Amino acid sequence: MSSDDLTPRQTEDVLHREVRAPSDESERGPGGDRLQHAEAASKPIRADAPREPQPRGAKIRGNRPIDQAEAAERFLAAPLHQKAHDERLWDVRRKRDVAAHGIPEWEELRELASQIKTHTLTHLDRYLEQFEAAAKANGVHVHWAEDGAAHNRIVLDILRKHGAKSLVKSKSMLTEECGFRHFMAAHDIDVIETDLGERIQQLDEEEPSHVVMPAVHKTRLDVADVFARTLGTDPDNDDAHYLAESQRETTRPLILKADAGLTGCNFAIAETGTVVTCTNEGNADLSGNVPPLQIHSIGIEKLIPRVEHLGVFIRLLSRSALGSPITQYTSHFRAPRPGTEMHMVLVDNGRSERLAMEEFWTSLKCIRCGACMNTCPVYRRSGGLSYGATYSGPIGLIIDPTFNKRKYSTLPFSSTMNGSCTNVCPVKINIHEQIFAWRKVLAEEHQIPLLKQGMMKAAGAVLSRPAAYRAAIQTADSALRVLPRFAVYNPANTWGKKREMPHAPRQSFHAWYRQNRMKKGGDA
Amino acid sequence: MSPRDAILERLRTNRPAGDFPLPEVPTFAPLVGDDLVAEFAERLGKMGGRVERAGPASDPFATVRSRFDGARVIASAVPEFVGNRDLGAVRKPGDLADVDVAVVRARFGVAETGSVLFTESDLIVNSVAYLAQHLIVLLDPGDIVVNIQAAYKRPDFAQAAYAVLHTGPSATADIEGVLIHGAQGVRSLTVLLLQRKKQAA
Repeated sequence: MSSDDLTPRQTEDVLHREVRAPSDESERGPGGDRLQHAEAASKPIRADAPREPQPRGAKIRGNRPIDQAEAAERFLAAPLHQKAHDERLWDVRRKRDVAAHGIPEWEELRELASQIKTHTLTHLDRYLEQFEAAAKANGVHVHWAEDGAAHNRIVLDILRKHGAKSLVKSKSMLTEECGFRHFMAAHDIDVIETDLGERIQQLDEEEPSHVVMPAVHKTRLDVADVFARTLGTDPDNDDAHYLAESQRETTRPLILKADAGLTGCNFAIAETGTVVTCTNEGNADLSGNVPPLQIHSIGIEKLIPRVEHLGVFIRLLSRSALGSPITQYTSHFRAPRPGTEMHMVLVDNGRSERLAMEEFWTSLKCIRCGACMNTCPVYRRSGGLSYGATYSGPIGLIIDPTFNKRKYSTLPFSSTMNGSCTNVCPVKINIHEQIFAWRKVLAEEHQIPLLKQGMMKAAGAVLSRPAAYRAAIQTADSALRVLPRFAVYNPANTWGKKREMPHAPRQSFHAWYRQNRMKKGGDA
Repeated sequence: MSPRDAILERLRTNRPAGDFPLPEVPTFAPLVGDDLVAEFAERLGKMGGRVERAGPASDPFATVRSRFDGARVIASAVPEFVGNRDLGAVRKPGDLADVDVAVVRARFGVAETGSVLFTESDLIVNSVAYLAQHLIVLLDPGDIVVNIQAAYKRPDFAQAAYAVLHTGPSATADIEGVLIHGAQGVRSLTVLLLQRKKQAA
């Protein structure tokens, strides 16, 4: 009856039996059926005791290139975390497939979303002016920030004018980009995250590891540790309901007495000056509706022309992100409540410069659903924190180098180039092609390590000549069959780490084709 | 140059070459059957909400009576139900933190997703829809639109200061994928199918 049956096919097997639990305490519907909306797992996944220390993210050393592989190795060395993470994200990816397949016009929606975004981005000056005029007419104070530092200063100014000392906020990747929390802490403003996952990360002094599920790399035991340390909960109680309830009870008083509230923005509508947020917890609505001062931070690429276009994007966003037909809350903030002030800060922070990058500007279409992360085999096995950047996973590989080419020079190499990211992207960003294009740019600008440069040069020479390629394949395949393990699985071959090399076929497809088809038909 | 003008100037200078027209969005065929009430109820059920039919004319709230069990503070934004907290007299939004149950009316429902829409005039005080522990939502069965696309053709979004689609209660699964209702907002959302009282002409 319903096309939104959220249950992935039962025939698909689990990835890791070790993290399959027979039952869990997820909410159930009136008929006793296990509910699967929001970011719920479709089946119980549990990284059980023995307690395994949580692997931490990449080591940040100033401007030096992030060693993603090193951090990934530590993640892989924590098998319970790694398997629970892999299982959980693959489950979300499968929920996404089911949700997408339930809509016959899915591909048409992706194409429309892509075209609406490319149109808006190529006319962004006009749409921003329209947005600003509409917002001002609605009684909103509009601010413009060229970079993250300017954004933080503007918000601090607003807070100081109102004598505000505390601010509750909902999840916003833009404020992560701006280093907002650290800046505010240095200026004695108490910032409180209100999304559960983001709050866990804040209390643990860690960055979010995923754009939609900030604490997805943590097990319940990790959360129990963090809350015992910071909220005074029972360290031996790792019941998810107990932990979530403890957070609710300790955060609510902070929301009630906060001087200001801030939200990010999923979509900004030029025609009406509206900021749209999509959340499952309702925390953006608490941040926007309880404190006497209301601020919305908006990346300028979030603009869409008209309200009717939400009819395309809202149908795509949560289905792509979590496999859920819609988030629990889709909120449209247009004008201030009587007697209060509403501020909107339009932030560039590199976006207008990215627009000039011929091969990379379409990454600005991104609606931050995280589908590319959930499907990526590298991301699922290494964790978002291993990227050492605000944006992780495939979308991170192509956005991060626009912020800092040297620091994030190694990231575009953390990909298998399987193209799955591109296939699931709801706005049709050619992510894997941009990853490849970044490798070229970084190689030409000598931003990549010597070993990789040598390997790329050799690969380039071989790949440009079909005969040499075939010879090389034959050699590699027979080599894989006969070489001893230490020769294949050595440090120069990063592909051999934690992964069995494929069984080499006795004959390549090309050789088989020549032998079986070209001789007989002669029409190849 | 002001930051505003600098940003706009860069956007003009850096504009990618090519023609990128705004596409026409076609009207998609509904993915739900003709019985919008049944479709709405099924979708909302999967999103963690509940739907009840109205009780008899003498007591339309009979079917949701159990939701008020043990409730000390009830805030009503509808004429059909009398609570004990006057939303019109609230000084600041945070004062509603002690509300156990709030009764509000949805402007319309969406069959495709099981969503209901509120604006600031439906809620009287916006925060009541999040600070209350439980939410009872009155919905006229005649006010259900077929899908999200149809919802966004309604004028409410351009007119209201605040418009919000609720699809079930507040939810999280940030801890190991375990689904929990009442993350930060309401712990339950129950829709009571009850016709709007016709306004005197």
